[in-house]
Amino acid sequence: MTETLITGIVIFTLAMFVGFEVITKVPSLLHTPLTSGANAISGITIVGSMVVVGMGSTRMATIFGVIAVVFAMINVVGGYLVTDRMLAMFGQKKEPEAKK
Amino acid sequence: MIGHLMELSYLVAAIIFIVGLKWMASPTTARHGNALSAVGMLIAILVTLLDRQIVSFRLLLVGIVVGSLLGIWMARMVKMTAMPQMVGLLNGFGGGASMLVAAAEWHRLVQPGAVMPTDIAVSIYASTLIGGVTIAGSVVAALKLQGWIVPDRPVLFPGRHALSIALIAIVIAMGVYLGNAPGTVWAFVVMNIASLLLGIQLVIAIGGADQPVVICLLNSYSGLAAAMTGFVINNHGLIITGALVGASGIILTNIMCKAMNRSIWNVLFGGVGVVVATSDVDGAALRAKGVRTITTDDAAALLGYGKLVIVVPGYGMAVAQAQHQVRELADLLQKRGVEVQYAIHPVAGRMPGHMNVLLAEANVPYDHLKDLDEVNPFFERADVAIVIGANDVVNPAARHDHGSPIYGMPILDADKAQHIIVMKRSMNPGFAGIENELFYNSKTQMLFGDAKKSLLALIHEVRVLE
Repeated sequence: MTETLITGIVIFTLAMFVGFEVITKVPSLLHTPLTSGANAISGITIVGSMVVVGMGSTRMATIFGVIAVVFAMINVVGGYLVTDRMLAMFGQKKEPEAKK
Repeated sequence: MIGHLMELSYLVAAIIFIVGLKWMASPTTARHGNALSAVGMLIAILVTLLDRQIVSFRLLLVGIVVGSLLGIWMARMVKMTAMPQMVGLLNGFGGGASMLVAAAEWHRLVQPGAVMPTDIAVSIYASTLIGGVTIAGSVVAALKLQGWIVPDRPVLFPGRHALSIALIAIVIAMGVYLGNAPGTVWAFVVMNIASLLLGIQLVIAIGGADQPVVICLLNSYSGLAAAMTGFVINNHGLIITGALVGASGIILTNIMCKAMNRSIWNVLFGGVGVVVATSDVDGAALRAKGVRTITTDDAAALLGYGKLVIVVPGYGMAVAQAQHQVRELADLLQKRGVEVQYAIHPVAGRMPGHMNVLLAEANVPYDHLKDLDEVNPFFERADVAIVIGANDVVNPAARHDHGSPIYGMPILDADKAQHIIVMKRSMNPGFAGIENELFYNSKTQMLFGDAKKSLLALIHEVRVLE
């Protein structure tokens, strides 16, 4: 066990509690957008993926890294956009758009 | 100095995520919350580009552009009914990214001259395990929800628990082996394969009715996988953010389990969702008794001259794409002075809150959408409960039938209304595959047919009432 690992575990545990506090307040009405929004946030692995590619160490590592960047970016962009699409429908009071 | 500034920027991004999630608590601020959260992500990405460790940008940018375009395409294409699959798949991509980052770091650190500290090694293995389970599990869950290749019913085979334990043991064993002989490619490959198999095996055993729970759980895993990546590359921003998402998934999983009155262990390992033979509801006797049907004009009269009508929408309504007709009917009734409420069961649809999204898409004002605890006391006063394509969530067997797979699940008390109109395509059992005695209730009248067509006919009949 190193100092860094301990610090990491402390931060992780505290952040979990913050998460519990914040998310318990979200009403069931918004649980689907919450799930997909949180899902977009989990795309934060993009940071790890970018570092791995950018370091350009071994060819193998770079290949894995590039695929990871693509995956994480799909997660981020897809997640935020689809959440926005859903949330845009809540609260609007205008006439229904022509849908098939 | 720059390193410290970067670390602080990640903290800023994490705080923005927290505030964004906080804003998700109300429909009026939720959209801004999501946009804010996206800004946090943008900050994290831009700061990472400044990282001194990053030397080659070309491939990086290619990856970002390709991923973004695919993400935009997916988000635009997806239908609201297919949202659970979409969220499942996106989860899978996140988990897959974590797994790949672990693999890339492993490969870098086993090169001659590089050293892999034990804690980093452990983080890499954890990231591989969680990431692998997330991507494989998500793909299976998405396929199940979409109804492709993998059967909807739980796939159970003897010794599956032993197999799960064996797979976990293999991952640990390979980790230990790699500890003694770093750089053994086959051992790392075996570890990856075992993680993926574990993901498939865990989700394939869970039935279609329990997929909402699976989606929540996988959401939690994708967060934990991100946190593990944070441990691998020693980035606190990632650890905080991953933990937030992990917590969100755990809470939703818990809410779902409560809504079904089951423990998480029961959902994951019980192999429930299978028809249980010991049910004391005699399906054959019920079927022999038969159901009453109702004509559209009688149904229209019941609805049009009522005081309070409660709509119980189910996934069948969504499949028939009948949300807009439901709202049109409700508008007409409201114009006649009938009060209309929507009763939304927590597991209506195929992920938490799914039904709310589908109805919001049809412009139903969100303050008409009532959750289970809110609406149940109103059924006794309701003149008509109109059940549209819902089944298990109104099955009274959940209250009294100890042998039923849904026993103990909180249900909407539609059977307490004066009249119950059930709109249904046919007498096929619902998602959980069980007979519903509500359909045979003496107060119940069935309106068979495609929900959309029946609703259009109903709308027409209500219009000509007077």
